[in-house]
Amino acid sequence: MNEVIKGLYYSESHEWIKIEGNIGIIGITDHAQHALGNIVYVDMPETDDEVTKDEDFGAVESVKAASDLISPVSGVVTEVNEALQDNPGLINENAYENWIIKVELSNPEELESLLDADAYQALCNP
Amino acid sequence: MENIKQTCLYDQHVAMNAQMSPFGGFMMPIQYSSIIAEHEAVRNNVGMFDVSHMGEVFICGPDATRFVNHIFTNQVAGMPAGKILYGMMLYPNGGVVDDLLVYKMQAPDLYLLVVNASNIEKDVEWIREQSTGYDVEIRNESDTWGEIALQGPQSERIMTEVLNMPVAELAFYTFSELTYKGESIIVSRTGYTGEDGFEIYASTTLTQSLWDKLYKEAQVTPCGLGCRDTLRFEVGLPLYGHELSSDITPIEAGLGIFVKTDKEEFIGKEAIATQKENGVQKKLVGIELQDKAIPRAGYDVEIDGIVIGQVTTGYHTISTDKSVCMALIASQYATIGTEVDIRIRKKTFKGNVCRKRFYEKNYKK
Repeated sequence: MNEVIKGLYYSESHEWIKIEGNIGIIGITDHAQHALGNIVYVDMPETDDEVTKDEDFGAVESVKAASDLISPVSGVVTEVNEALQDNPGLINENAYENWIIKVELSNPEELESLLDADAYQALCNP
Repeated sequence: MENIKQTCLYDQHVAMNAQMSPFGGFMMPIQYSSIIAEHEAVRNNVGMFDVSHMGEVFICGPDATRFVNHIFTNQVAGMPAGKILYGMMLYPNGGVVDDLLVYKMQAPDLYLLVVNASNIEKDVEWIREQSTGYDVEIRNESDTWGEIALQGPQSERIMTEVLNMPVAELAFYTFSELTYKGESIIVSRTGYTGEDGFEIYASTTLTQSLWDKLYKEAQVTPCGLGCRDTLRFEVGLPLYGHELSSDITPIEAGLGIFVKTDKEEFIGKEAIATQKENGVQKKLVGIELQDKAIPRAGYDVEIDGIVIGQVTTGYHTISTDKSVCMALIASQYATIGTEVDIRIRKKTFKGNVCRKRFYEKNYKK
């Protein structure tokens, strides 16, 4: 059973975002890491790069395929998770602890279009 | 979309909770646990694969040898029974219809052609079209045979001790026709992983019972097509549709030794002889990236912003922990060490042309 955590927002493209003040912490869901299999590379933006809601900001690569990372919000990257560069498999171990980027939100209203935990769970297990 | 077929082991895969995906017209297991774990099981121990999707086409009749030699690039004349040859069927322009194994059976004038699943129908049609004027019978038995590949350094022990199949003396690229549980089966010392291993061709029901028996062996790891691809890639083995196709000749793919242009005749001979003499426009090479990004099939290879070719298969290799690929590029850049760029999404990454074998094969002679 794939884990879903209450209190986070989710996108239909299987990213999660956790809000702390004006900062959004973004990662991929347990469902996504499970579907991808062994993750061997994470292509991440750099600090101060802009990201746009519904546009790709990088990619997660499993052994067999690359999967675009789609930003659930717009904003500016404040931090990237450097630990993933040497150990991308951390996402397989815990997809919610091992976030990918932190973003300063430019339009917090965008969160309203995202799914809550129950709605995301329903998306994964129709 | 056409009907997707199932192999005789489909129910087993579903019961084992495999991740299933269409491949070559069949619903196939991609992985059971993880591609990395399954890959390492084959490199270090032993893994089993359902390869029942592969096609089995028998050619028999008084003209069988002459006919197989006509459609196949390797030298079939004088081939002893029990021997296997790798080679291709070519179009007259040298493009590849398919790459395949030819088994010379014990019965006189009988050959088994093992072809790629995705090409079975195309191949059979091609073979039939070429057979005019030859006294041969062509039997496509792909649906009646199951096939299991047992691969890895411990495969001989499992074959002899668990399945009681007498294969210790079997040399690489040879096979035995055995009677097993009252049934005629074919066991060959072949594979697609770069490791020692065997392939067992049997009826669909016997294939199921062999699979179930192997599954009970804790030492044997069930392996999906995911690691089959990473394993074959690391040792530089081609996959039809990637390193070989109707647009890529065996010479361009670096497989000239399997094309015997000293044979009297075969389809595609003139085109290949010309390429052997005059050289080729494009060549299959290996490229090792200086970064961890992964070059995938279809990505452009560039020099100074100019596209010189495309990636055919690429991975972050499991056995050697490097981002590498095979790529078909303009031959003037194919020298080992040449620095190239590979375009991956929005960026380019530097790499160097290298040998297209990223891990040494470990065959038993």
